[in-house]
Amino acid sequence: MDPFLLEAIVNGILLGGVFALPALGLNLVFGVVDVVWLCYAELVMVGMYAVWFLYTQLGWPLPLAFGACLPVVALLGVLLHLLVVRPLLAAPPINQVLATGGVLFLLQGAMTLIFRTDFRSLGVDMPPMEVGEIFVSGTKLAAFCAALLGAAVLWAFLKFTYVGTAIRAIARDREVMPLMGVDPQRIYLIASAVGGALAGLAACLLVVQLDVHPFVGLSFGPITFMICVMGGLGNMLGGFLAAFLMGIIVSVGGFWGTTEFSYVVAFGFFIVTIFARPRGLFAR
Amino acid sequence: MRYVIPLLLALACIPLLSPPDYFIHLGVTVLLTAVAGTGWAMMGRYGLVSFGHGAFLGIGAYTMALLWNMAGLSPWIGIPVAVGLAALVGVMLGYPCFRLKVVGHYFALVTLAAGEIVRILITALREHTGGSLGMTPDRVPADQAFLAMQFDKAGFWWLALLAWAGGLLAWWLLDRSMASKALAAISEDEEAAASIGIRVTREKLRVTVISTALAALAGALTAQYRMYLNPESLAGLGISLQIVFGAIAGGMYAPLGPTVGAIITIGLEEGLRIAFGTEFTGGAPLIYGILLVLFMIYLPRGIVGIVERKRRSAAAPLGLPVAAK
Repeated sequence: MDPFLLEAIVNGILLGGVFALPALGLNLVFGVVDVVWLCYAELVMVGMYAVWFLYTQLGWPLPLAFGACLPVVALLGVLLHLLVVRPLLAAPPINQVLATGGVLFLLQGAMTLIFRTDFRSLGVDMPPMEVGEIFVSGTKLAAFCAALLGAAVLWAFLKFTYVGTAIRAIARDREVMPLMGVDPQRIYLIASAVGGALAGLAACLLVVQLDVHPFVGLSFGPITFMICVMGGLGNMLGGFLAAFLMGIIVSVGGFWGTTEFSYVVAFGFFIVTIFARPRGLFAR
Repeated sequence: MRYVIPLLLALACIPLLSPPDYFIHLGVTVLLTAVAGTGWAMMGRYGLVSFGHGAFLGIGAYTMALLWNMAGLSPWIGIPVAVGLAALVGVMLGYPCFRLKVVGHYFALVTLAAGEIVRILITALREHTGGSLGMTPDRVPADQAFLAMQFDKAGFWWLALLAWAGGLLAWWLLDRSMASKALAAISEDEEAAASIGIRVTREKLRVTVISTALAALAGALTAQYRMYLNPESLAGLGISLQIVFGAIAGGMYAPLGPTVGAIITIGLEEGLRIAFGTEFTGGAPLIYGILLVLFMIYLPRGIVGIVERKRRSAAAPLGLPVAAK
C-alpha cells in the first residue's frame, strides 16, 4: 500500500478519535434530555479559551489547566440546561434547537468581547513519531489516546454506576423511569454536566491542534452534528463509529484533493446517508 | 392589504426627499435582510426549519457576480438566472428530503450540511471566487451603469423595495391559496394530510421554490449593492442562523414579521456600532443570542405574532401550530 495513503488513513483514525468525544457528548445529551445542543462546538470553544488563558496568561502548568477546563465546561453545560433547556422542555423540539442556537451567538459574542477575534495559539507541540514507513504526529496520537480513554471512562460510568444505569434507563423510556423512583430532572442535570465535561475534554485535545478564535466552533461544529445524525441521534456506539468513518473520509479526501474538497465529500456523504438510512447508519 | 400600497408609495418617495446617505443605506440593508427573512419564514412557518438558507444567498450572489465578471452577463439577466439556479438546487435538495420524510431535526441538519457545502465550495473555488478574501464585481463607467445595475444608493432603494414588495406579494398570494391550508395541515400531521389527498411532496416543493428564490434574490441584490462578496457573509451556518433569528424575533407567522425582525437585527447591530464603536465588537451577537433565547422561552411567535394575536383574540384564529414537531 502507498505509505502516504496509509498515513492518510492513520491520520483519519486519529482525527476520528477527536471527533468522537463531542459526538459522544451530544448524543448523551440528546439521548437523555431529548434536546440538540446546537451550541455544543461553542462550549468546546469556551473550554479551549479556558485552557489557553490559564496556561499562557496565568502561567498555570498545562495538566492543571486541562484539569480545570473540564469542570468549567461541565458547569457551563449545567447552566445551559438550567437557564435555557429546562424552561423549554415541553416546547416543540425546533424551539429548543433555536434557543441553543441563541446560546451559540451568545458565546461567540462573549468571547469576541473578552478576547477579540485574534487567533490564539498554545504553542505546545510534540515531535512526530516514525512508525514503520509513516510519520504520526505526537500531538494527534496523544489526543487520540486521551479521547479513547475518555470514551472508556464514560462507558464504565454508564455501565457500572447507579447513576449511569439510571441515565441509560431514562434514555430508553422517559415515562416509566420516574415511576421507578428516578428523578428525571436530576438525571437531566447530570447528563448535561457529563455532556459539558466531554466538551471540556474535547477542548483540551483540540486546543493543542488548532488556534483558538471565537468562530473556531464553526470549523468542527457542523461535522460533529453530522456524525451524530449519521450514527443515529442518541445512539452512542453509532456516533462513536461514525466519528472514525468521517475522520477517515476527511483525511483520505484531503489526500486525493484539497482539505476543502474533503469536507465537501464528507458532507455530501452525510446527505446521501440520511437519504439512504434516515435513522442513522447503525440503526437496527 | 389596504395599507400596503400607500405605504409602498410613501416608501418609494423617500429618496426624492434627499435624506442622508446613511439613512438610505440602513433602509436598503433592512429591506434586503427582510426579503431573506421573508423567504425563510415561508418554509419556517410550516415547520420546514432550514439551517442552510445562507447557501441560497450565496448561490444567488456568486452566480450573478461570476456571470458578470467571467461572461459579462448583466445582473439584469444574471439575477433571474441565479434565482432560477438557487430554486433548482432547493428542489434537488428538497425532493429527496420530502420524499423520504426527512423532517424536524433531520431536515434542519441536512440543510445545515448543504449550507456548509456551499460555503466550502465557494472558498475552495478560490481561483474564480477569491476564496475567503471575497470578490468584487467589475465596475463600469457611469454611462453604462444602468445596464450593469450599478446604481447610487437611491437606485438600490427602489430595487430593494421592489424585491421586498415581491416577497410580501408572494406571501399574500400563498396565504390566499389552498396551498397554505394544505401546508398547515402537513405541518400538523403529514400522514393525515396525505390521507385526505394532499400531495405532500408537491406542496412542500412549491413553498421551497418560493423560499429559496427569495433568499437568492436577497443575496444577489445584497452583493450587487455592496459590490463585494465573501463566503462568510453570504453562506454557511453563521448567516443562516442570523436569517432565522431575524425571522423569529419579528414573528414568522405574520407577513410583516420578518421585516420587523430585520429592523431589530440591523438596528441592534448599527446602534451598538454607533454607541460603542469597535470597542464593543461581539456585543451584537451577544445580545442577539440572549434575545433569541428569551424569545424562544417567552415569545415563540415573535413581536408581530403577539400584536396580531391580541388584535384577533376575539375572533377564532386560524390554528397554525406554534412550531412543528
